[in-house]
Amino acid sequence: MHQASAAEHHEPAHATSLGIDHRKLIMWAFLGSECMFFGTLIATNMIYADKSVAGPGANLLDIPVTTVSTFVLLMSSLMMVLALSALNHGNIRSFRVWLLCTAAMGATFLGFQFFEFYEFANHGLTPRTNLYGSSFFLLTGLHGAHVTGGVIWLLSLVGLSFRKGHISAEQSLKVELAGLYWHFVDIVWIVIFTVIYLVGVTRLP
Amino acid sequence: MATIASALSRPTSLNGVWSWITTVDHKRIGILYGVTAFIFFLIGGLEAMLMRLQLARPEQSLVGPDEFNQLFTMHGTTMIFLAIMPLSAAFFNYLVPLMIGARDVAFPRLNAFSYWVFLAGGIMLNLSWLGGAPNSGWFGYAPLTSSAFSVGNGVDWWVLSLQVLGIASLASAFNFIVTILNMRAPGMSLFRMPVFIWMTLITAFLLIFAFPVITVALVELMFDRNFGTNFFVASAGGDPILWQHLFWIFGHPEVYILILPAMGIVSEILPTFSRKPLFGYPFIVFSGIVIGFMGWAVWSHHMFTVGLGPIANAAFTITTMAIAVPTGVKIFNWIGTMWGGSIQLKTPMLFAIGFLFLFIIGGLSGVMHSISPSDAQQQDTYFVVAHLHYVLFGGSIMGILGGIYYWFPKFSGRLMSEGLGKAHFWATFIGMNAAFFPMHFLGMDGMPRRIFTYESGMGWDLWNFVSSVGAIFLGISMLLFVYNAVRSWRKGELAGDDPWDARTLEWSMPSPPPIHNFDEIPIVRGRDAWWHQKRRRAVTAPVAGGSGESDGAHESIHLPSPSYMPLLAAIGISLAAYGVVLSYYLTAFGMFMTVASLYGWYMEPITASSEDEKH
Repeated sequence: MHQASAAEHHEPAHATSLGIDHRKLIMWAFLGSECMFFGTLIATNMIYADKSVAGPGANLLDIPVTTVSTFVLLMSSLMMVLALSALNHGNIRSFRVWLLCTAAMGATFLGFQFFEFYEFANHGLTPRTNLYGSSFFLLTGLHGAHVTGGVIWLLSLVGLSFRKGHISAEQSLKVELAGLYWHFVDIVWIVIFTVIYLVGVTRLP
Repeated sequence: MATIASALSRPTSLNGVWSWITTVDHKRIGILYGVTAFIFFLIGGLEAMLMRLQLARPEQSLVGPDEFNQLFTMHGTTMIFLAIMPLSAAFFNYLVPLMIGARDVAFPRLNAFSYWVFLAGGIMLNLSWLGGAPNSGWFGYAPLTSSAFSVGNGVDWWVLSLQVLGIASLASAFNFIVTILNMRAPGMSLFRMPVFIWMTLITAFLLIFAFPVITVALVELMFDRNFGTNFFVASAGGDPILWQHLFWIFGHPEVYILILPAMGIVSEILPTFSRKPLFGYPFIVFSGIVIGFMGWAVWSHHMFTVGLGPIANAAFTITTMAIAVPTGVKIFNWIGTMWGGSIQLKTPMLFAIGFLFLFIIGGLSGVMHSISPSDAQQQDTYFVVAHLHYVLFGGSIMGILGGIYYWFPKFSGRLMSEGLGKAHFWATFIGMNAAFFPMHFLGMDGMPRRIFTYESGMGWDLWNFVSSVGAIFLGISMLLFVYNAVRSWRKGELAGDDPWDARTLEWSMPSPPPIHNFDEIPIVRGRDAWWHQKRRRAVTAPVAGGSGESDGAHESIHLPSPSYMPLLAAIGISLAAYGVVLSYYLTAFGMFMTVASLYGWYMEPITASSEDEKH
């Protein structure tokens, strides 16, 4: 599949030793590295969850609202799968629709996060307030930055699909890579939601 | 984005400065890495010599206490991040594709990007001298690095440049993982790969898992210093021990990142000059893999005096003793390689044997540290300084120097002078032992590290003086090396393709290798592939996708074209980092520039259209 695209792009056709495209392999290595990145951030959070000496903490978490945004983000992964499947079937129109849905749902998640940050600040919790604020905003903020990067990537792919010869069933790897990244960012959120939100609330006095 | 791509027409020249700036050829990038890192190595060495001059006699005032703090911080950071790591990267770049039978790395432009980001980070760190360099030690313990205790921007530059350098290391590690796993020549199964390639692979995996941890720690510190967060602020409940844990969870794998490449180099030199295949190849490879895993389970031995409790100290004592086993296995196999061989004492071989001697000394003092009650006496004394210099100088640098002598004929087409090389080896070997061995005595006698002076009558005068004389001697011995390298590069004896009758594929091609590396991709029929080919006259297969005519074969090889984008992206990243201290507008501009260059990168074809190509 990728070799056809390679021919179109004058890329050297590579028969790889593992039979996996270079780009896919580097994406998996990158995601492995990201596991350590988020693992360290989550560990910092768990250590600091109840170490603040002043100010609000997990009591500000709004589980119902975040459950909605979590659901939206999880469903965006389904949209991503549908987009890739549409492209693999050569249906470029529904590919664009599904990919726009994915990006829109990612943006919705970011909207929720913005709202949450705003609410927290109104209740006196900022990154400067205490350890909870520092570790919460850094973790969720960097996750949000990853989602933002993903939305930009997805929209760029939609934009590229209007230019000739950039997105086709033969080059679906380009979309698959964005999908791998997108699903990873989703899975990280599942861990964050569980550890920081659900477990965090149960530990409230 | 299209405008950027079209405004910068694709660079085409194969000579001149711009061809080096826009190069994506792994061999040129390797040379750039090597030369740059060696310059940083000399700068770090000068810093060390200034410290040794200050300590040569008691109560001197050549440099003040604050300058001394800056010197040891910059010396450690420079040697680790700007000298040993990129010198290893120089070997990865130049040799990995040649040794596995590939035409380039998997992502040539990403490779150029790594180099430029590394250079930007190195320049940023060293520019900090202008306004006061970082002064809190190379492991920057909290809360010493907080804005309360480190006024000025020195620590900010340290934090930012390490993040920039981290990007370079990560990008290059991803690249080499894919290159090694995916671009091996037909027949080059994993267990036929040269040991240097194995060690590169393990190092790359350590890098991609260790650097995210230090990145998070640095980001937290950066937020503490610049945005008022509380991660390491004790008055807000912040835990300085968290910094130590995060730093050493990165820091101990980092130690293996520094030594494994040198172990790989030595594993190539010893068999070639013993005229025997490597003894116990699978043991050496598996020991490397075991080190790669166990390196994650020993970090708290840097923290034995923190008070983690007897259970933690006991556990890390045991894991630390255990990790000496795979290292010992390697040493016995290297000795086994020489055993019964027809040993040729050429300069690279001298350095490899020197590596064995010195690394064993450093390894043994390391095992002494593993015993936590004993370590409590040695912590923060010169004994630790002696240990780490025996593994990093006696180990990493001796291995790297041996590697330069070994592969210089391949890089340059010329042999380095043997006479000067041997003189350099003995000067280095004697200077290194004179400089660092007395530190064992000083440490055992209680001299703390990181003090800028000491009183006379402590019993430290003699050994400090000896150590300083040794350090100056060691520094001068490096000039001998530079002279030898420059002279040999210009008018050394021509080397031919294979001056050592060596074992690996890079010696099967002309020196220096043509830009496309292999006219025909070799077929590998065993370990020590080139010995195999030479001894058995094995046939090579025609190029995959090539025309099949050996004369014109390389005309059909599509090499990646030079590109401006990696350099532009690297400049963008470094501007964004400068902006954190100077102005957030600069950060925004730098980030925009990076994203724009990445779009340009994505949109430009890997190989420019054939009209632009010049053969």
